[in-house]
Amino acid sequence: MTRAGLWRIALVTGFAGAIEVLCLTGTIDKITMQAPHRMLVDLAKMIASGSMNAAIAKTLTNAVLAFLPAIAVGILTAVALFPFKRVRNVLDPLFATYYAIPVFAFYPLLIVMLGLGDAPQILLGFMLAVVAVIINTLNGLDRVPRVLIKTARVNRMGPLATAFGVMLPSAAPYVLTGVKLAVAYSLIGIIGAEFIMSRGGMGYEISFAYNNFDNAIMYPLILLILVVSIGVNTLLGLWEKRLMLRKSGR
Amino acid sequence: MTAEVHVALRGVGKSFSRAESSDVVHALGPIDLELRKGEFFAVVGPSGCGKSTMLELIAGLTSATSGSVEFEGASIAGRIPDGVGVVFQEDACFPWMTIRDNIDFGLKRAKLDAVERRDRVDRAIAMMGLSGFAESYPAQLSGGMRQRVCIARTLVMKPRLILLDEPFGALDQQTRLLMGDELLKLWRLSGATVFLITHALDEAAMLADRIGVMSARPGRLLDVIETGWPKERDSRIVEDPRFGEITARLWRSLREESMKSMGAAGASS
Repeated sequence: MTRAGLWRIALVTGFAGAIEVLCLTGTIDKITMQAPHRMLVDLAKMIASGSMNAAIAKTLTNAVLAFLPAIAVGILTAVALFPFKRVRNVLDPLFATYYAIPVFAFYPLLIVMLGLGDAPQILLGFMLAVVAVIINTLNGLDRVPRVLIKTARVNRMGPLATAFGVMLPSAAPYVLTGVKLAVAYSLIGIIGAEFIMSRGGMGYEISFAYNNFDNAIMYPLILLILVVSIGVNTLLGLWEKRLMLRKSGR
Repeated sequence: MTAEVHVALRGVGKSFSRAESSDVVHALGPIDLELRKGEFFAVVGPSGCGKSTMLELIAGLTSATSGSVEFEGASIAGRIPDGVGVVFQEDACFPWMTIRDNIDFGLKRAKLDAVERRDRVDRAIAMMGLSGFAESYPAQLSGGMRQRVCIARTLVMKPRLILLDEPFGALDQQTRLLMGDELLKLWRLSGATVFLITHALDEAAMLADRIGVMSARPGRLLDVIETGWPKERDSRIVEDPRFGEITARLWRSLREESMKSMGAAGASS
């Protein structure tokens, strides 16, 4: 563990500890927030009883259904766009401003088009995630050293073999950044959509509990979402670290 | 000496049109040159004279605007020919592959059988002094070792023509001299024709059978010098008085051209 890592843990623990103290002393009243230790206990109970299993499964399944296609479509789109400089000159500014658009504004429209099922939520998660993959993959492809592409040509590789055998592996660290963002964005898209209007899922349950002042469900669910998204990101981060270790040669 | 012609450039010229303007830059030629089979030919010239373009034309990485390039009697015309290996100045190792996988890259693509591949890679690793590094990654190696990996990757394909584009440009002087020795050894062992581009006059004088001197842009061949070195030679020929004479003659031809190219750069900046 590095010194920075220890400080990071100290910071998070200190923050949780401070909230714990504020809650236990009544500075933060019970209706506003539960003490963190209660959240943990309730979360354990919730998982043990299985009362939220369906909601958790629905949200995570939908997130996977959003981010796997976002990764595949994002990478393929970037690879297809990369050689066409003129098309990119047109599209690059659009990609750059994409995240200025509140995609959630389209959610009602998606419901009208696709109905109040899982489809509009998955589509929203996909829409939020896919452009991050495109932007980061293109960024990585732009940085592939020309000499590697020349090496591929000297080895008489075609455009497809070059793209998948040389360019994407070379761009891998950037692609991975896009993938990490896609995981976070798709989860945000799904949970946000569930919050606004849905018939189930973690976002829906949080919103439902909130409307009923049910802190014993709301806070543990928020905690669970934090644990899941940080967990997935940490796993991807560890994988990325292994890739980077090779590159940096330690 | 009348040896078989291996590569022939006839009236080869190359022009580029600049992006975002209608200017046409005449980069190279016309060049007439024949490489003899099995010879070591070096090209020196001022920077920006089109040396690398000439190499890319022979490698089939780009096609000529005028004239023709032939390899073993067949026209190249922008098609990458079989039997040609290229080593670039920049580090061309694939950083995500081990040294073994890097060297094996072309063999695997050529679908050679596993035993043959393993055998060729092992021999290349031993020959290039990379033993013990087969399972390392390029980032764990020094610049000189990485360049040896690239040379090994080219050699395992058993090319009949090896094109080297300033392969030692990024290395320090001592390493360059030793790499020069290794290159001479490999050239003798492989029997391949070698075409070396360099900006180092002493490197050209030490390594090559013949040296082509190029003019400032548009690059043309001003002079072709026969060094007359015996085939069995190494870096110790730098002590030979003829080495000094050759280097001096190269510099005489190049001095004015280099000044021209510097003047052009100064005028355009």
